[in-house]
Amino acid sequence: MNIIIPIKQVPETSNVKMDKETGTMIREGVVSVINPLDLYAIEAGIQLKEQFGGKVTVFTMGPQAATKALKEAIAMGCDEGILISDRKFAGADTWATSYTLSEAIKHIGEYDLVIAGERATDGDTGQVGPGIAAWLDIPLATYVSKIDEVTKDSITVERLVEDGYQILQMPLPALLTVIKEISNPRLPTLRGKKKARVSEVPVMSAEDLKLEESYIGLKGSPTKVVKIGYPKVTRGGKIVKAAGDEGVNEAVEGLIKFLEAKELI
Amino acid sequence: MSYIWTIAEQSKGKLRDVSFELLSRGRKLADKMDTKLCSVLLGNNVTDETLQELIYRGADEVYYIEDARLENFIVETYSKVLSDLIKEYHPHSILAAATSSGRTLMPHVAIHVKTGLTADCTELDIEEGTNNLLQTRPAIGGNIMATIKTPDHRPQMATVRPKSSRPLPLDKSRVGKIIRVALKDELVDSRVKMVGFRKDVEEFVNIEEAEVVVSGGKGMKKQENFVLLRDLAKHFDGVLGASRDAVDRGWLPYPHQVGLSGKTVSPKLYICAGISGSIQHLAGIKTSEYIVAINQDPDANIFQLADFGIVGNLFEVIPKLNARLEAYKKEAK
Repeated sequence: MNIIIPIKQVPETSNVKMDKETGTMIREGVVSVINPLDLYAIEAGIQLKEQFGGKVTVFTMGPQAATKALKEAIAMGCDEGILISDRKFAGADTWATSYTLSEAIKHIGEYDLVIAGERATDGDTGQVGPGIAAWLDIPLATYVSKIDEVTKDSITVERLVEDGYQILQMPLPALLTVIKEISNPRLPTLRGKKKARVSEVPVMSAEDLKLEESYIGLKGSPTKVVKIGYPKVTRGGKIVKAAGDEGVNEAVEGLIKFLEAKELI
Repeated sequence: MSYIWTIAEQSKGKLRDVSFELLSRGRKLADKMDTKLCSVLLGNNVTDETLQELIYRGADEVYYIEDARLENFIVETYSKVLSDLIKEYHPHSILAAATSSGRTLMPHVAIHVKTGLTADCTELDIEEGTNNLLQTRPAIGGNIMATIKTPDHRPQMATVRPKSSRPLPLDKSRVGKIIRVALKDELVDSRVKMVGFRKDVEEFVNIEEAEVVVSGGKGMKKQENFVLLRDLAKHFDGVLGASRDAVDRGWLPYPHQVGLSGKTVSPKLYICAGISGSIQHLAGIKTSEYIVAINQDPDANIFQLADFGIVGNLFEVIPKLNARLEAYKKEAK
């Protein structure tokens, strides 16, 4: 089973602190990591390979520095990494990005499954996975929480929806976007790290992929960002201390008054 | 034609609330442009009475495509049907819900009709002069707000989160047209089949569509203690949420997880106890209307975002709060 996994490098946010004065995120010293939700896709891909054989190819669109994310994925157990990199890709929205990634997948070659994270934690749109499936015209299942069955030419998966889990069966090749329930990502092994260190990561440009220039980068993007604002996220609400019996009673009373005033009770 | 469309959603023939929320957003835009507001619904066995409610709640026209093959959401077929309608009617803008189906359908359609799509918009407006749809959305965990336009492609498409706007009141004096569109056989994609549906999770809740969410984190200490929050939630007809820590410890299943690797919620009231407020958790609750936090640590991040915060021991505060709410209800009677 040949599996292709598109990943993204995003700013690491788990240890980020808030600036109490401005109420915004402190971004200095923030390092880049594999999008945390892509780790579930990588793990799911490696598990399928372990079960059915084949190859897992991981790739990303980004600057040269994104090679680091690909090497991390190889250290976890992916077989190959490919970097799609070109200045012309700058400013791509989800439409242009999914075009570029779908062409890269065609270029990588024969595959049975594309597995993507549900969304990236920076852009937070979740649009690229479904977009790639539309470009490739292959069946799509989003929010996949479990793979029930894989046969030579089909896959059965469960997807989390508002009121339960929808169970879908589809022919291969197909594209899945996966959520946290699908897998528990492994840590890279020492052997994996050694392999990653010596792995060559080929780089492909727009020209290598023979891309339609009017479909890539900022020029190929239907959406344009016209304004960026940095909202103050702090609310400056009322904070009360509940110490001792009396204090707890007062705090509860205060909360009741608040709920009353806002017509929440 | 330069109409505004909303994509209504149904489940087993019943409309989901978000269909009406989209109409209240769409109504403002249509009025500003002095154009019509249309609601599009794909489904099966939806009664005229149900369709009529879309008109009572803001729509001027309803396009209803009915077929047994549209009963369940299968993105390939839905995408072909919607793309075909767009090519025939040329709407100005389309608003859809940021639900499991809307978030799957719209990016698929965007590729087919070659236009832009903006996810999870919190504000929508019409630009004077150009009639461009101004779409404002949070990104990078809510730390930036980006305003986005689709200047050269039509339709302009956006998704908005459930519960981020209120439906318009039912106005039975409103009149409108219900247009039934036949499903063309060639648009049915039969590659993907729904072979089952599982709802065996205990307390399956849809936290994204709840008016009130009561969440617990690491500070709840053990699973049994969630009974406190369950009681609290009952006073508001709310549902239980959880931080990533609580879900990773197995105290509540994943569908309850709030935050960047779980669900983003926009309830009217979000109450959290024993949650310190990681950036990821805050990103998932920022669009809540009111936030109440109970935590022992006065320096916890969560208090930055709280409208009302109680610094104290939740095991002392919540039982008293529950008792007080019980008494309050009796007084009110």
